[in-house]
Amino acid sequence: MKARAFSYVCPATVAEALDAFAAAGSEASFIAGGQSLVPALALRLQAPECLVDIGRIAELRGISQDGEWLRLGALTRHVEVHDHPLIAACAPLLALAAPFVAHPAIRNRGTLGGSIALADPASEFPAMMLAVAAEMEIAGPAGRRRVPATDFFQDLYQTAIEPGELLVAIHIPVARPGHRCAFDEFARRRGDYAIVGCGVMLALPADVVNEARIAFLSVGSTPLRARAAEAALNGRPLDAAAIRDAQAALASDLDPADDEQVPAAMRLHLARVLLGRLLGKIAAAA
Amino acid sequence: MSAHLPITLSVNGEELTRRVEPRETLADFLRRDLGLTGTHAGCEMGACGACLVMLDGLPVHACLIFAVQAAGATIQTVEGLTESAAIADLQSVFHTRNALQCGFCTPGMLVAAHGLLSRCAMPSREEIRDALSGNYCRCTGYEAIVDAIETVARRRAGEAASSMAEEPA
Ligand SMILES: Cc1cc2nc3c(=O)[nH]c(=O)nc-3n(C[C@H](O)[C@H](O)[C@H](O)COP(=O)(O)OP(=O)(O)OC[C@H]3O[C@@H](n4cnc5c(N)ncnc54)[C@H](O)[C@@H]3O)c2cc1C
Ligand code: FES
Ligand code: FES
Repeated sequence: MKARAFSYVCPATVAEALDAFAAAGSEASFIAGGQSLVPALALRLQAPECLVDIGRIAELRGISQDGEWLRLGALTRHVEVHDHPLIAACAPLLALAAPFVAHPAIRNRGTLGGSIALADPASEFPAMMLAVAAEMEIAGPAGRRRVPATDFFQDLYQTAIEPGELLVAIHIPVARPGHRCAFDEFARRRGDYAIVGCGVMLALPADVVNEARIAFLSVGSTPLRARAAEAALNGRPLDAAAIRDAQAALASDLDPADDEQVPAAMRLHLARVLLGRLLGKIAAAA
Repeated sequence: MSAHLPITLSVNGEELTRRVEPRETLADFLRRDLGLTGTHAGCEMGACGACLVMLDGLPVHACLIFAVQAAGATIQTVEGLTESAAIADLQSVFHTRNALQCGFCTPGMLVAAHGLLSRCAMPSREEIRDALSGNYCRCTGYEAIVDAIETVARRRAGEAASSMAEEPA
């Protein structure tokens, strides 16, 4: 349960971090909050020769609003997502999901950027990036780019971040007053990874749904958007019939695999129950 | 490849400089290098909560931080919190309410409770359970621990502590 020996560098800027990684070659790993990486090192699932600690890079910190966009530095800690007033006001879905992420002490250390870069399909924040239509700002030796969440999550633990690139910030369109959102998940114990989790965001102008975005965690190898369920809602009042149709549409959206704990049919059933509850909650509050 | 690196940090009010191997966790650093064995190392992978310490005022797992990463930080271990009497009432009620048996989980429970009560003076039982969700206890069944923390919160709030026996489960 001890990590293999490694060398350690602690750069002060993004440029220095990219250089340090490049200098170490493929044997390097970035470390942010360490709440996923350190257990992986202790279990020797990973054994990099060099850790590049990005924890002191000022540019990766900070939560700010710039007009229509909210910018969350990659080092924003889970506890800040939980507590920060700008997040509650501009990206309330993330604040709703935050209490479900791990345990309080892990939330004090773990970072939003680390969670998204890792892209665990059972994690809350990566899936919520789909629901809030976030864009990931990535810095690499060739420069910077912004990748929309729909193109970002590519396969199991695989994202648009190439080796040696750094996730710098997450940009989220500011929720407008008409936007509604809800989050919930089924887990065996508090703080456990979810059996199924779901976040919903939609607009309800004149009592008709539009821009519905529904994102699931723990139903496949990546976080998933339920586009057929979204289509079943858009353009209709959020009534019992629309909710039933959205639930039914999940059969074509989700194709979960069996695992030792949860058969696929049960996971799909729980996804339907969860979506029904969340939409019902939004409808009741509207 | 992994030369020792110097770090300076504050532990229990004392400013220290030591050389550490990068792969040494903060838990091992506290226990082996400083002899502060109150911080327990159980699973060493973030699952059990026995290793919690206060880092810059917040509870964190000492097994999930390398000591080099704690350079410049202010650490309070269960020894420091004991010496400053910050958790004296928690310790006393843990004792009287039998909130510990073997005691392995107790330092982590006390740090988690201290973190909770520093942030939220009067937590509900639900909030107490949430704060302890990452702390395993193999002996007590948790009920007594929740009782003890609730009692301390009430005492601190100056309320007459009502009999714990009457508390809902
Ligand atoms: C007991 C336990 C329970 C947990 N339960 C949950 C849970 O219920 N839900 C959940 O979502 N998470 C859970 N986690 C994981 C936790 O949320 C992690 O904090 C998070 O997944 C990773 O963030 P980090 O900052 O700690 O990243 P690190 O562990 O430092 O890094 C994780 C990976 O991302 C890479 N990385 C980090 N930051 C960047 C960046 N800016 N750019 C490029 N690459 C980067 C690292 O190289 C590494 O490969 C749990 C962890 C533990 C130990
Ligand atoms: S030893 Fe750190 S959580 Fe178990
Ligand atoms: S008292 Fe033994 S583990 Fe809690």
